[in-house]
Amino acid sequence: MRLYTAVAVSGFKRYATYRVATVAGVFTNTVFGFILAYTYTALWNERPHLGGYDHAQALTFVWLGQALLAAIGLLGGGFEEELQERIRSGDIAVDLYRPVDLQTWWLATELGRALFQLLGRGVVPMAIGALVFELRMPASPLTWLWFLLTVALAVCVGFAVRYLVSLASFWLLDGAGLSMLSGLLCLFFSGMILPLNVFPGQLGEIARALPWAAMLQVPADVFLEERRGSGLLEAFAFQAGWAVVLLAAGRALQSAATRKVVVQGG
Amino acid sequence: MAESAVANGLRAYGLIVGMWVRSTMAYRTSFLIMTLGNFLATGLDFVTIALMFTHIGELGGFTLDEVAFLYGTTSVAFGLADLVLGTMGRLGRRVRDGTMDTLLVRPVPILAQVAADRFALRRLGRITQAAVVLGWSLARLDIDWTVDRALLMPVMLLSGGAIFGALFVLGGAFQFWAKDASEVQSAFTFGGTTLLEYPPTVFGKELLRGVTFVIPLAFVNWLPALHILGRPDPLGLPAWIGFAAPLVAGGCCAVAGLAWRAGLRAYQSTGS
Repeated sequence: MRLYTAVAVSGFKRYATYRVATVAGVFTNTVFGFILAYTYTALWNERPHLGGYDHAQALTFVWLGQALLAAIGLLGGGFEEELQERIRSGDIAVDLYRPVDLQTWWLATELGRALFQLLGRGVVPMAIGALVFELRMPASPLTWLWFLLTVALAVCVGFAVRYLVSLASFWLLDGAGLSMLSGLLCLFFSGMILPLNVFPGQLGEIARALPWAAMLQVPADVFLEERRGSGLLEAFAFQAGWAVVLLAAGRALQSAATRKVVVQGG
Repeated sequence: MAESAVANGLRAYGLIVGMWVRSTMAYRTSFLIMTLGNFLATGLDFVTIALMFTHIGELGGFTLDEVAFLYGTTSVAFGLADLVLGTMGRLGRRVRDGTMDTLLVRPVPILAQVAADRFALRRLGRITQAAVVLGWSLARLDIDWTVDRALLMPVMLLSGGAIFGALFVLGGAFQFWAKDASEVQSAFTFGGTTLLEYPPTVFGKELLRGVTFVIPLAFVNWLPALHILGRPDPLGLPAWIGFAAPLVAGGCCAVAGLAWRAGLRAYQSTGS
């Protein structure tokens, strides 16, 4: 446990040194926030209370998405590319020799990174959004605590999905294409481009049951206090359930990969 | 001399691209799956817009067909630039890890090498998807096809591609100084095409002025497309302004070229 804590801390520190990248990311998130905020304004002007959100909630959803994009890794990023490169080059063989668990190791780096990016890339876009637009902040101080918990669970689900995608590099020549695909799917099914409660009929029901919903829609609903009481417990259970299932799948795929595939390069 | 340098660069670009295509084709199934996946996944972008229109009839006064036209035009233009220059974002990494030096010692223009690096043919999936949406919108829209409008269509797509291409190169040049800042580029390229998918009437006047006069994204599709759709410009610019797109694109490319040279001169190899 101490080892993994140290790994997480170094993950945090590592991303904290990328100052220019952090500023660049904040800039980009803010630009996208403005574009989406304008389109949502037009959309909610046409149909007030669309998906059960009022104007302020819809705009809060936009800026939450931008604030959480990097932390939860909605577009990929973080360990994904590095792990793929290690698999491609064969360095993964060295990692497998180490007396640590591969998946837990990367999860620890990811948690450290996510904490830094939540602070470094989340706070400023959210603050700018709140300055320019009327946003809905949590009424109850407890909601902030629940929000942190739901974001932590979202990071775990996001990690689990991307771990599976990364492991595909054992079989594929170039993991970049698959990563991009997974990123685009995530953007759509997490609610990043359009909240899932706006999705009509069956599509909406399916989308809200998929693991991507645990990555943005659920944290946003917790923040917007749409989930309270037993709804809150359900939200956490939904996220934790997907995290466990997907992490287990990652573990199974990992053992299949290390048993059956000869590492490239010998 | 200058002519031969350009020809040399294009030839080298073609050779490197050919190499990456051959290497991609060695894993044909993987390529086909990825291209198809690219086609479907970028299509989700448009599905999002279609989903919005299940709740509304018009967005900013534009119908779904018209928004599809905007989406198709900007996405085709962006797809072209992304196919040709999409890997410019990796430049910062090359500067960081020192592999940029390898490119410098080769007797081939650096821009051609960087642009062709890891050329991804699967990006054809995005262009195809965009073209399908564009074709669909053209089939449904009732456009009064005068000669100038018909002429403006290909001009718009090519100029748009060139404007996005210039932004990619500009972003690449910027990374010679700010090595970690490749994400800034995304704000203008990916952010730009996202912006242009929606009608200009949705956005504030200041933003419209910004993307018309400062970073001329409006020339990618908004201004020419408004003329083709027979709609007035929300800023009140004259209808012929759409025809300025090739000039604006030329200007952007010139600026990007200068920035690229300046960036290359400012390049300092890593110490490690």
